[in-house]
Amino acid sequence: MIETRNLTKTFKHGNIETHVLKGIDFRAESGEFIAIMGRSGAGKSTFLYQMSLLDVPTSGEIVIDGEHTHAMNQAKRARFRLFRCGYVFQDYALLPELSAIENVALPLLMQNLNKTKAFSRAYEALEKVGLGHRLENIPSNLSGGEQQRVSVARAFAHRPKILFADEPTANLDNESSALVMNIFRELHREGQTIIMVTHEEQYARMAGKIAKIDDGRIISVTNNG
Amino acid sequence: MFPRFTLNLRIGFFLATRQIRRTSPWTTVLIISVMVLTFLNLVVVSGMLVGLVQGIGNATRKEYTSDIIISTLDNKKYIEESANITSLLGTIPEIDSLSRRYVEGAILEANYASRKENEKPNTANVQIFGIDPADEDAVTGLAAHIIDGSYLSSGDYDQIILGNHLLTQYILIEDPNLATLDNVGVGTKIRISVANTVREVTIKGIMESKVDLRSRNAFMIDTQFRNMIGRNDRNVDAIAVLLKKGADPVAVRDKLIRDGVTAFAKVQTYDDAQPKFVKDVVKTFNILGTVFGSIGIVVSSITIFIVIFINAITRRKFIGILKAIGIRGQAIEISYIFQSIFYAVIGSSLGLVLVYSSLVPFFLSHPIDFPFSDGILVAPPKETFIRMGLLVLSTVVAGFIPARMIVRKNTLNSILGRN
Ligand SMILES: Nc1ncnc2c1ncn2[C@@H]1O[C@H](COP(=O)(O)OP(=O)(O)OP(=O)(O)O)[C@@H](O)[C@H]1O
Ligand SMILES: [Mg+2]
Repeated sequence: MIETRNLTKTFKHGNIETHVLKGIDFRAESGEFIAIMGRSGAGKSTFLYQMSLLDVPTSGEIVIDGEHTHAMNQAKRARFRLFRCGYVFQDYALLPELSAIENVALPLLMQNLNKTKAFSRAYEALEKVGLGHRLENIPSNLSGGEQQRVSVARAFAHRPKILFADEPTANLDNESSALVMNIFRELHREGQTIIMVTHEEQYARMAGKIAKIDDGRIISVTNNG
Repeated sequence: MFPRFTLNLRIGFFLATRQIRRTSPWTTVLIISVMVLTFLNLVVVSGMLVGLVQGIGNATRKEYTSDIIISTLDNKKYIEESANITSLLGTIPEIDSLSRRYVEGAILEANYASRKENEKPNTANVQIFGIDPADEDAVTGLAAHIIDGSYLSSGDYDQIILGNHLLTQYILIEDPNLATLDNVGVGTKIRISVANTVREVTIKGIMESKVDLRSRNAFMIDTQFRNMIGRNDRNVDAIAVLLKKGADPVAVRDKLIRDGVTAFAKVQTYDDAQPKFVKDVVKTFNILGTVFGSIGIVVSSITIFIVIFINAITRRKFIGILKAIGIRGQAIEISYIFQSIFYAVIGSSLGLVLVYSSLVPFFLSHPIDFPFSDGILVAPPKETFIRMGLLVLSTVVAGFIPARMIVRKNTLNSILGRN
């Protein structure tokens, strides 16, 4: 239900061209949890940005949920990201002046949910990540692990088709990482499609599949036992 | 299109309120101070300029013409039927008091006793007003303008009050066209030549006026002066009319015109009688005030532009995140517009309070003492609100442009801090 066909991405700076993605064919079914691994500079983040419609590929196609995304204009892509995608970044990416619950509720409000509904959904999501008691804290009054859990709550509160995560545990200690990964596993069990970039073998093994990228190409896709 | 816009408004408002609430108080105070100062610059600078000139008009009204001035027709020597006009005025309830004035040109001469044969006589041309001292004081408060000696009283024969600009000692810069009297002061005897009469009188007092014309006048009691000029029919040259508080000069003037006074005299309100140059200067200063005000608007726009630009550029990453998770660019732009409006409205409201609760009353009770005018602050509410509206509008534009510049940047580059 997400598929890339011969996806390439080339960056151009003046006369210098950097071919980062060199033709990626990739497929993830609905409800799958896929970990993307590879050494630094392999192109994992670049690949994730293309798939999640944060960037526009140089060539190739991305089909999500039967929709050909390359035909979409900016507004349509923004709308698609709002309704169908969820994002977890390495550095949490929360809005510093919004409280935890406001951070989670914001995309729901943008989806035109009324305030009560948006905030009650945001509350449920924060409960689920174990932060039902931290609703009114602004990010700077939360630990890194807590911030990342708020960020995860924001990413799934609107029940997106796909949750994209780029090294969600890279900035966290072991305990916080485990908390975040347990949430991912729980979401996956409930049927959430997740595509996650990670460097950590133990967390990659929690996913159903591991796709390895090297030098802009997928070199292997393996099922976890 | 429309429901999406209202949604963007809602989100923009949500973001703006959170951002304003969490902005450091110092930043908020700073931005609002800039807005207050801009507002003051916009309203007060031109208001003082206009007030300065309006002060000239006010002085003329207070010290010279009063509310209504009835004067000799251009082709007559004096107001015929003065007595009838006076009794007519007595029947008008809006009128508080009158001063009937005999006015005649005269030549003053000083230092004639010590003058040598070959010396030029020390003379000055002057308009002498023959007045009833109590009436004139009631209408123009002349007694309060005596700066040396004392005011006239009704039996003061052969006494004169001189405007200070007739005396060399009170003139800062001598004007070769306006002769003045040297070495004279209170108690000095001078000679006046008026209508073929020459008389020696004593200077009883010296008066000062903001009205230039007035400060070169002289005053004697009417009972003596009318004899000196041979006005045996007792027709006067001018009648200054003070109205009761709140009465409308235009209405009273029009009534006098309807009653036929204009057959014998000119009837003008203080405003009609205002010299043309004053009206011209008011116009000019208004334009000047608008120019200064416009510069103020430009300065405040640039300030807000910079404030919002810096704010948006330091928050570029967060703007990128907002866009990444699907918040519409327009909603983000609107959040900055709301913030600009907030600062502009708070700033100009504070300015408004400051202007009307402190500055206007203050300058009314403590006018700036210019030699030719008591400078006050003129801030007509309508113009003030127009300027406030202009300020808010320009602030909105100045906030919108930088926000748009940053919102338009590539989402991913914004998040990753790349160019
Ligand atoms: N905008 C860009 N312009 C030029 N080169 C870029 C750009 N973005 C990424 N690259 C290059 O593409 C390559 C892949 O980058 P990417 O961030 O996708 O790697 P990654 O696999 O996510 O690495 P890491 O594990 O360190 O996060 C790198 O060599 C990087 O320098
Ligand atoms: Mg990466």
